[in-house]
Parts: sequence; C-alpha cells; structure tokens
Amino acid sequence: MATTSMPAPPAVRGTGSAALPPAVGRAGFKGALRSEFTKIRSVRSTYWTLLALVIVTIGIGALASWGAATHASELGPDFDPTRQSLFGLIVGQLIIVVLGSLTITSEYGTGMIRTSLTAMPRRGTAVAAKAVVFGAVALITGLVASFGSFFLGQALMSGQHINATLGQPHVLRAVIGGALFLTVCGLLAFGLGLLLRHTAAAVGAAVGLLFVLFILVNFLPQSWQNAVDKWMPFNAGGQIWRANAALPGEHMFAPWTGFGVFAGYAAIAIISGLILFRSRDA
Amino acid sequence: MIEAQGLTKRYGDTLAVDDLSFSVESGKITGFLGPNGAGKTTTMRMILGLDRPTAGSVTVNGQPYARLAHPMRDVGALLDAKAVHGGRSAYNHLLCLAETNDLPKRRVGEVLDLVGLSEVAKKRSKGFSLGMGQRLGIAGALLGDPGILMFDEPVNGLDPEGILWIRNLMKALAAEGRTVFVSSHLMSEMENTADHLIVIGRGRLISDCTVQEFIAANSRQTVRVRTPDPDALVKAVAAAGGTAREDGEGLMVVSGLTVSQVGDLAFENAVRLHELAPAHASLEQAFMELTASSVEFHAGVPGDRQPVTAGKVA
Repeated sequence: MATTSMPAPPAVRGTGSAALPPAVGRAGFKGALRSEFTKIRSVRSTYWTLLALVIVTIGIGALASWGAATHASELGPDFDPTRQSLFGLIVGQLIIVVLGSLTITSEYGTGMIRTSLTAMPRRGTAVAAKAVVFGAVALITGLVASFGSFFLGQALMSGQHINATLGQPHVLRAVIGGALFLTVCGLLAFGLGLLLRHTAAAVGAAVGLLFVLFILVNFLPQSWQNAVDKWMPFNAGGQIWRANAALPGEHMFAPWTGFGVFAGYAAIAIISGLILFRSRDA
Repeated sequence: MIEAQGLTKRYGDTLAVDDLSFSVESGKITGFLGPNGAGKTTTMRMILGLDRPTAGSVTVNGQPYARLAHPMRDVGALLDAKAVHGGRSAYNHLLCLAETNDLPKRRVGEVLDLVGLSEVAKKRSKGFSLGMGQRLGIAGALLGDPGILMFDEPVNGLDPEGILWIRNLMKALAAEGRTVFVSSHLMSEMENTADHLIVIGRGRLISDCTVQEFIAANSRQTVRVRTPDPDALVKAVAAAGGTAREDGEGLMVVSGLTVSQVGDLAFENAVRLHELAPAHASLEQAFMELTASSVEFHAGVPGDRQPVTAGKVA
C-alpha cells in the first residue's frame, strides 16, 4: 500500500450538489460563535497555553503561600492571605495575554484572516464572536486557576492559622475577581492584537502596559505618583483580587472601580481595533 | 453574476486597479488574464470585500459581497491556498468555515471526499503538499455549493497531474451550470478551458471578448522560411508588400503573404529555400503583444531575438 499521506486527486465527477438544506435567514452571530469555538478548540497551542496558565498561576501562588507560612511570625496586621495565594496571577496575566493576542494575530500570521473574512464578511460580527468565545474560555480557565490557587494556598497556610476562608468578607469576590482580571488582561491583548495585527507587537504592547508602565511611575515624584499610580492598568485591575481594605496612605481605587477602569482600557483597545479592522484591507 | 463598475484601487502612489468595468456572465468559464502585477488579485479581493475600493463598486448577484445572506452559498473562492492555519486539521478548518454559513456538518465530509482528502482529514494542514493545500482550498470553496466559483491562479506551482485535475474540475463545474471566474497570467492556460476572456494590464481593461473572438483577432498567419540568402528574400518580400523579419540563423518570419506567394517569389528571384512552412502566431504571443505596453517591469531576456516590447512601455 502506498503512503497515505499523499492521496492522489480523485477523478473529477460531478461536484455533488448533494442538496444542501434550503438557506434560512442570514449567516450571523450564532454561526460565527460556533465557528470561533471550533477554531479555538482545534489548535494545540490553546491547550498548552491554558495548561501553562493554570499550572504556573497555582504553582506560584502555592510558593508564595508556603513562603508566608514559613514566616508567619513576621507577617504584619495587613497581611492578606487571599491575595497571597493569588500571587501567581502576576505571571498568569502574561500567559493569558499571549493567548488573547494569538486569537486574532495568528489569523494574520497564517493568512487565515482572509479565508475567515471570505466566509464571514461582516467584520463586526466576526470580531464580536471571537471576543466572546475567547472571553468565555479565559474566564473558565481563570476560575480554575484562581480557585485552585486559593484552595491550595489556604491549605498550605492553615497550619499556621493565617489562612482565609471563602465565607470571610470580600474573599469570594477577590477569588472570582482573579478570574475576571485574567479575562480582561486577555481581552486587552486581543484588542491590541486587532490594532497591531502582529503577535510579537501585541504581546509586547500588552506587557508594556501591564508591567512596564507601573514600574516607570515609580520614577515620578511622590505626589505625582499618588495621583497617577491608581490609573496604571495593573494597579487598577489588580484591586479586584485583594480581600483586605485599602491601607492608609494607599491611593488606589476601590476594587470594582479599579476593575471598571481596567475593563475600560480593554474596551478602548477593542473598540479602536474594531474601527480599524472594519475599514482596513484584510 | 459579478458586476464591476469603475472599480479603482490605489495603494499610495500605485494605481493597482484603474477604472475597471466588466461583468462575469453566469454559467460560463471566464478567464481573467493579465501579466503578473496587472491587478487581478486586487480585483478579486475587492469582489470578496477583503479590500475596499478607492472608487467604484462591485456586486455579486446584485449585492455587495458583505451583504449576501450566506456568502458561501453564492460564491466559493480560492485566492490563496496558503491562507489557512497550518495547526488545524483539514476537517476542522472546513468545519469552522461551514459553521459561519450555517452549513451542515456532513457537507464537510462530502467536500473532503470530492477533492480526495478524506484520508488526511484529521491531519494538520501544515504537512500538506502544495497540491493538497490547493485541494483543501477548493474543498472550502465548494462547501456552500455555490453558483459562482472564483480561483486566483489555481494551477500555479502544481504538477501536471494537479493541473489536469483543476482543469477538469473547472469544466465539470461549468457543465453543472456554475459560473467560474479564474485568473491566470498564461494565455495557454485559458485557451482550452475558458469561454470568455477579460484581459487587463496595469489595472486597466484591455479586452473583454469570447475566446473565439480573441483568437480570430489575434492569431496572425505567418510564413516560416529558411534561406542562405536572407537579404535577397527580404527585398523580394518587401517589393511584394509583405514584411519579413529575421528570426536568427537564417530563419525568417514573413507576414502579409501566403505560403505559395512566398514560394513563388523565391522561385522568381532565384532565392534558394531550405524550409518553407505556414506558422500561426501563438495566442500566448498575441497576449504578450497585447499586454506588452502594460507590463510593469520588463525583464531583459539575454539573447532575445527581437526587443518586441522594449520602447513600447507606456
């Protein structure tokens, strides 16, 4: 038997107009959603990235929690065991940024975008479906990573009785908030990918916004810092996964306000990306 | 039916498509011919709504492409077979396309069968040969069982078997009453497959006619003559109202006279002939001459017999 990897073209018969069901309505959002879900579940990079996200986030959270447990006597009164266990989100956000960006930029990298837009030429619909499917996948994975981090971290700290429980004030919000934070990080990168159309550029820009920007603020005079700091994407979005109250002298947004600001940044990226996407040649 | 009106696309200083108007009739194979860089791909991209025209408009079955209810049921297009995500299996690639147009899942299996890729349906398309990639693209174009098919240079780079397959496929599609719009930069490719020709050069319409009309208008009868005494023959031919041009190594091409006229002239003028034969200017040559002034860059061919195109550049 000859190799099966190179089947010869078959003799051309008719092209089998094997009666398609009659067309109903218009191709729209529902079909686009199913298509985008097929796309995201049918490439290996999705699984690797999501697996890495969960393992790294939980792993780093566990390390941080274990570290706290071994130095329990040195912890101050403002110690937040919830936030401690979610510490891995700082690295997790970098991983979700890659997936969020790839969701759109891999189509540009491979040229698939032209095939996709030929099938679904209504570009707003195509982008909305992509964002919704990615957002859902990111949220579910984020919940796994966030709750996994919390439970493992608290278990590690329970021996020293410095752990938190979900029933305590703000703790559940913080843990769910960790997943929301990851989702919005990914959506921000998705928007940047839509704008920049290039994986490396979009990931670079997202890392710059999330990581570099708030480091740069540290070089500002203190009074300016107090005004600017809370607006930094990471500082704004990161408030949602803390369970303790803001400390005196801290100039941060309240958790949901900060998260709203952060989501606003992602919305700006996606909307401006969409405006360009609709008018640009593919 | 595809209708373009005053279609224009400008990229910076370059006018890729210049006020192009044409219509592609239903149920025929229409060849879209032009040298590389003539604007064929850009035109096709504008038909599909991938590129936005600078001016003018183009409709498919009376509507802009993006407004079609189920675009894949109207038009199946293959512009670039490499425009797929190589990490996705052939099956999933087709499935994600089918889903956008609410096409049934079973149709994916049908088109895979049709192009002979069922055996590799679960394999990632990254490892596909050029011909297999081309067939995957064609499978995608056939998904919606469309009345119009559009192929951009479909045989480029294929082996003879693949070329033959694509030709037969296009004929089969047209025989089923479908409209086939296929671009090529080779006249020879269209000669035997197309019914109608739209020829463009530098983004402008050069000719829009049937293949028969094109052949009739462009195939000049010439006479091939080999003689050890070319000068005498040139004089005699010129005196009789024909033109002779040297084609190297004692070979002459005479136009404006029949074979017997040339034979009689040679006899009357006592010019020895070593060869005398009728010759047709090939359609390829006619096409090249037609588009010569519109080719963007001329390559200097070493030892070119006659600089047919030089100096004609617009």
